[in-house]
Amino acid sequence: MKMKKWPFVYVGIITAFTYVPILLTVVYSFNASKLSSIWEGFSLKWYVELFQDRDIKEALVNSLLLAVLSCLLAVFIGTAGALGMHKHKRKANDVISYLSMLPIMIPEIILGMVFLSVFSLMGLPFGMVTLVIAHTTFCVPYIFSMVRARLVGMDKSLEEAALDLGASPARVFRDVTLPQIMPAILSGVMLAFAMSFDDVVISIFVTGPTVNTLPVKIYTKIKTGVTPEINALATMMLLVTVLLLVGAYVVGRKKSPK
Amino acid sequence: MRKGKSNWLLLLPMYLFTILFVALPIVYMFLLSFLSRAEVWGVDFTFTLDNYKKILEPLYLNTFAESIKLALISTGLIVLIGYPYGYIMARMSAVWKKRMLLLIMIPFLTSALIRLYGWIIVFRSNGVLDKILMGLHITDAPLKLLYSYPAVVVGMVYSLLPFMILAVYSSAEKLDFTLVEASRDLGASSFKAFWTVSFPLTLPGLLSGVVLSFIPSMGLFFIADILGGNKIVLVGSVIQEQLTKGRNQPFAAALSAVLMILTSLMISLYKKLTGSSQLEGTML
Repeated sequence: MKMKKWPFVYVGIITAFTYVPILLTVVYSFNASKLSSIWEGFSLKWYVELFQDRDIKEALVNSLLLAVLSCLLAVFIGTAGALGMHKHKRKANDVISYLSMLPIMIPEIILGMVFLSVFSLMGLPFGMVTLVIAHTTFCVPYIFSMVRARLVGMDKSLEEAALDLGASPARVFRDVTLPQIMPAILSGVMLAFAMSFDDVVISIFVTGPTVNTLPVKIYTKIKTGVTPEINALATMMLLVTVLLLVGAYVVGRKKSPK
Repeated sequence: MRKGKSNWLLLLPMYLFTILFVALPIVYMFLLSFLSRAEVWGVDFTFTLDNYKKILEPLYLNTFAESIKLALISTGLIVLIGYPYGYIMARMSAVWKKRMLLLIMIPFLTSALIRLYGWIIVFRSNGVLDKILMGLHITDAPLKLLYSYPAVVVGMVYSLLPFMILAVYSSAEKLDFTLVEASRDLGASSFKAFWTVSFPLTLPGLLSGVVLSFIPSMGLFFIADILGGNKIVLVGSVIQEQLTKGRNQPFAAALSAVLMILTSLMISLYKKLTGSSQLEGTML
């Protein structure tokens, strides 16, 4: 049964539509005019301004640090948890894995609200520490569920064979288990990183007056009005996303994991 | 017994972290919703039902009604646009499936703020849309679409559409299209074949997409904020306002509790309707 042409036209139109605002942002980032409604010719001056903006640079560093720390913690917690739960089945495991998924199931605003009140109850100073804790809660589910799904599909006999041949459990983990779950960890990390790097709602509630993340900074800037500098910044961030995704696509095509 | 011990060591971080930073905070939120706000700052630990009574005031009931209305409109549009998209995508060749997934994921993983920001350029007075419409002589004055209801709807649909597409795609991908062909061979019209074979089999994906777009749309206050000015007030906006300007944590907690209960109801309804334990197209 062959498909007609019009469904593809439909998909093409909708896809193009989703790129309109993004492409406009890119185009206007090269606009010499300060007003986004007038095109005054090609210019790189907003990029120059962007690279000289110390607030933005600081926010970028904070965001990267936050995403890296949260992902590291989440890899440790999520991978260990998935391995532990895979080996022995316990009732409690189901409860914990359900609870651990809540941060990406409930609306973000609830999570932000919850952390704001809990951290102020605990008397934790709002800043990087509170940000990392909050972000780790929603990074764990991505990594945990990916690794867990991979472990379920894994061939157990490989590990058993290695053990039978006299390898220590540590060696089996390093040489047999880890290479097999690595793609799952990596794709989990990619998603978690993107989510952390992007998060506005939760960060707004748990950040302190001195620590700004990039999305929070952009949010306050957009609220005060359109600035061409944001166009340039958006374009740079878009470039990073595209490179990461295309990279993952190319890697995935070479050795597509099951 | 050594084996069991090392197993606990693996589980410990996950158990501790989840209990300390997910379970207990949510329990605290429900507790907080029954407390009252302290005179100046913080929380007064006396039991009260006032926060829930306050939600029943017309002002806040209205906000819930408005949020649900916006969520319904957005979700409806998302279904209309996203369902055919995901379905068609599932019928493409393997190479194109991968390419299309990549094409969808790029905007999806680009900062939500930046995607919305692009719409400001489109909608603002004398912006791109006005220029095009006036250039084509369809309108002769700026439409003033930015900070309007339609702008917020577009923002919602745009931000949440990928969830629907991916959910529908994932269930349509599992669909055995030979079933459709069989029903066609047996004389069913293409509409009938779709309605009696494909549609029921992709329903889990559709419903999952509905849940995944309905739930966030009630809380995404920054979309209403950026594209709607302060004209459109959602439950999310009220929660944010109560936390920041209002400094009323208990009331914000009560609002969150209601939102959370609505969320759980939707998810369990989904599970009941489809009989599956997972939301289609997600890891949840």
